[in-house]
Amino acid sequence: MNSLPYPIQVHDLTVSYQRKPVLYGVDLEIEAGSLVGVIGPNGAGKSTLIKTIMNMVRPNGGFVKILGKSPKAGTKHIGYVPQRESVDWEFPVTVMDVVLMGRYGHLGWFGRISKADKKMAHECLEKVDMLSYANRQIGNLSGGQQQRVFLARALAQESSIYLMDEPFVGVDAVTEKTIVSILKSMQQSGKTLVIVHHDLATAKNYFDHLLLLNMRKIAYGPTPKVFTEELLQKTYGGRLTVFSEMASQAAKQPEIETAKTIGE
Amino acid sequence: MRIFLKLCPGLLLLVALLAIGIPELMAKQVGMQGEEKFWERTVRFFLLQDTSVQIVVLGSTLIGISCGLIGSYVVTRKLSLFGDTLSHAVLPGIAIGFLWAESKDNIALMVGATGAGFLGVSCLTFLQKCTHVRQDSALGIVLSGFYAVGICLLTRIQKMEFGNQSGLDSFLFGQASALSVEDLWGIGCTLFIISLFILTAHKKLLITGFDLSFSRSIGIRADSLQYVLWLLLAFCIITSLQAIGVILASALLIIPAVTASLLVKRMNAYLLISATLGAFAGLGGSFFSFLGQGMPTGPLIVLVSAGIFIFVLCLRPTDGLLIKWFFSRKNTLRIHREDTLKAVYQILESHDFQHQTINTQALMSKRGIDIVKCEIEIQQLINAGLATTEPRSPKLSIPGQSILSLTPMGWEYACKIVRNHRLWELYLTNEAKYAPDHVHDDAEKIEHVLGDDTIRQLEHILSNPRKDPHGKLIPSLTDMEMGNIESSPSS
Repeated sequence: MNSLPYPIQVHDLTVSYQRKPVLYGVDLEIEAGSLVGVIGPNGAGKSTLIKTIMNMVRPNGGFVKILGKSPKAGTKHIGYVPQRESVDWEFPVTVMDVVLMGRYGHLGWFGRISKADKKMAHECLEKVDMLSYANRQIGNLSGGQQQRVFLARALAQESSIYLMDEPFVGVDAVTEKTIVSILKSMQQSGKTLVIVHHDLATAKNYFDHLLLLNMRKIAYGPTPKVFTEELLQKTYGGRLTVFSEMASQAAKQPEIETAKTIGE
Repeated sequence: MRIFLKLCPGLLLLVALLAIGIPELMAKQVGMQGEEKFWERTVRFFLLQDTSVQIVVLGSTLIGISCGLIGSYVVTRKLSLFGDTLSHAVLPGIAIGFLWAESKDNIALMVGATGAGFLGVSCLTFLQKCTHVRQDSALGIVLSGFYAVGICLLTRIQKMEFGNQSGLDSFLFGQASALSVEDLWGIGCTLFIISLFILTAHKKLLITGFDLSFSRSIGIRADSLQYVLWLLLAFCIITSLQAIGVILASALLIIPAVTASLLVKRMNAYLLISATLGAFAGLGGSFFSFLGQGMPTGPLIVLVSAGIFIFVLCLRPTDGLLIKWFFSRKNTLRIHREDTLKAVYQILESHDFQHQTINTQALMSKRGIDIVKCEIEIQQLINAGLATTEPRSPKLSIPGQSILSLTPMGWEYACKIVRNHRLWELYLTNEAKYAPDHVHDDAEKIEHVLGDDTIRQLEHILSNPRKDPHGKLIPSLTDMEMGNIESSPSS
């Protein structure tokens, strides 16, 4: 066992939106230096898990610990890459401005952006092959380019843990390759990465650990162990639909049930 | 886009009417007073000779700057309607403040307005969080509800004995000339606080505006920041009410900022331009109001800022509506010219280049257009120095009965277009595997946009072909020099 605290530890986590449960009793312990892919069908709670770890969604039960600390104190150590569609791409900032935002966590109220910060942002843009776009307004970028800018911002953050929500959605093949190679080099330098992914076909090659999620944790472990037909069947095969139906039934008001019995 | 282009002349006309109309209107009113002439008042305004003018100029400029700065954040965060709702929501507060103090006491009005604004925002938050009412509907409900209460109260006040000379209607439409020194202090303080806030929290405002969830993830307290922004927005609106009025207060927040968004791509420049335009609009509005002797300032400020907006929309570099229209028109004319030249070439080709001239009738039937259009097209060729005409018989010149010949330049141009067309057709059939009867329409469009580099590339790929898919000659420079094809009389 590792004597250091886990980068991310989730215990008996239950989250629901307006009484509809999205995650149910999830346990998870991610070890330092793993590159984890979170996979599961639509509505399986992948993004919700990320958002709960990031302290943006309040759980109904269970807890999250980041490096052994509470999420409130811990999220500072996490580099978060939200879904590309979640931001306003018409906002009046340039590519360079966005990447520099990755440095903001290291500045104070009056903190100015130093030369070192700028140099760093420069290097990060170079790594994702976007340096020639540094002074462009972000509205003129393609989907793949937008994702590269987000990745550059994450690199500039220099966090030890990264959570990324669907970084491969709507990007071209070249960008996908670039992102994967950057993720792997980040892992080699000791970072812990958790990536929400939707494509089963590529998941096997991209990640060394997989989390199969469908409201419940179906499985978590090294890719060769977890990427089995049986477990994938269980994740995608809809066996849990009954479970989810019953759970939302239970969450509904009990009056309906009573009214029925009286009617009979 | 097309619709905009069609609307464009209409918009321009509107601006022109406003530009002519406003001074006319002022002049008339001034004339009726019979005291001062239009220019005298203008000079008086800009020389800042008396204190009242100084207060108006300073006040409206500072208000414009405040609104421009806060407005930039309002617009980039898509809160335009929020500002409008807030400004309407403070009206009942002003009326209650007045009833309470029984006079136009600044502190009472301020307290009332702030309270009502806070209540309005609370209602809005309640509707959004606890009901299924959509955001735009919630804004509409709060806006109209509070405004209705305010109007009822104001009407009551005006019927009371102390209400007659209250001057409260200046809160509806704005009256910059009623600004007092105390108002000026309020405006100045608000601007100072806003500037201080923006200077200290500039980066945080930038990041929460762009990517809220990311900003939270790096530990920025986005909600507190948002509340401070709302509070400053409320102060900004309340202090500017005297000058611009409840109904149109949001115009000074929205229009300068949107105009700035047309021009720049970075937040710093955005703030600067928005503040400048805001100041300009405030100043312009109060100037026209001053000329008009008591015209409400609010509508005039809106007209000035809307005028600037339309101007920028039409004439901004590369993307302006008018600029675009101009280039699209230029392009259309060029395409027409090229089509005419091609038709001339084809007519000459159908006679195996035996003649060097064609008559207008042939061109008309080839292009399938009537005589008027045909004359226009020919005239355009002549204007561009691509063709010359002479009457068919020297004695009489009848329209549509002239003889057309191409100048050397026109002939070269015609060959180039036909060459473009046929090369592209050949490329489509040989390389892109189109059927020969599918390529003509495509080539009709592409021929006008093929640049010299692309032509060189096509020649290389197709290894300098001689015939197009339909077996017709692809005219080249050598053909022209060798005399295989001939039209230009001088060659």
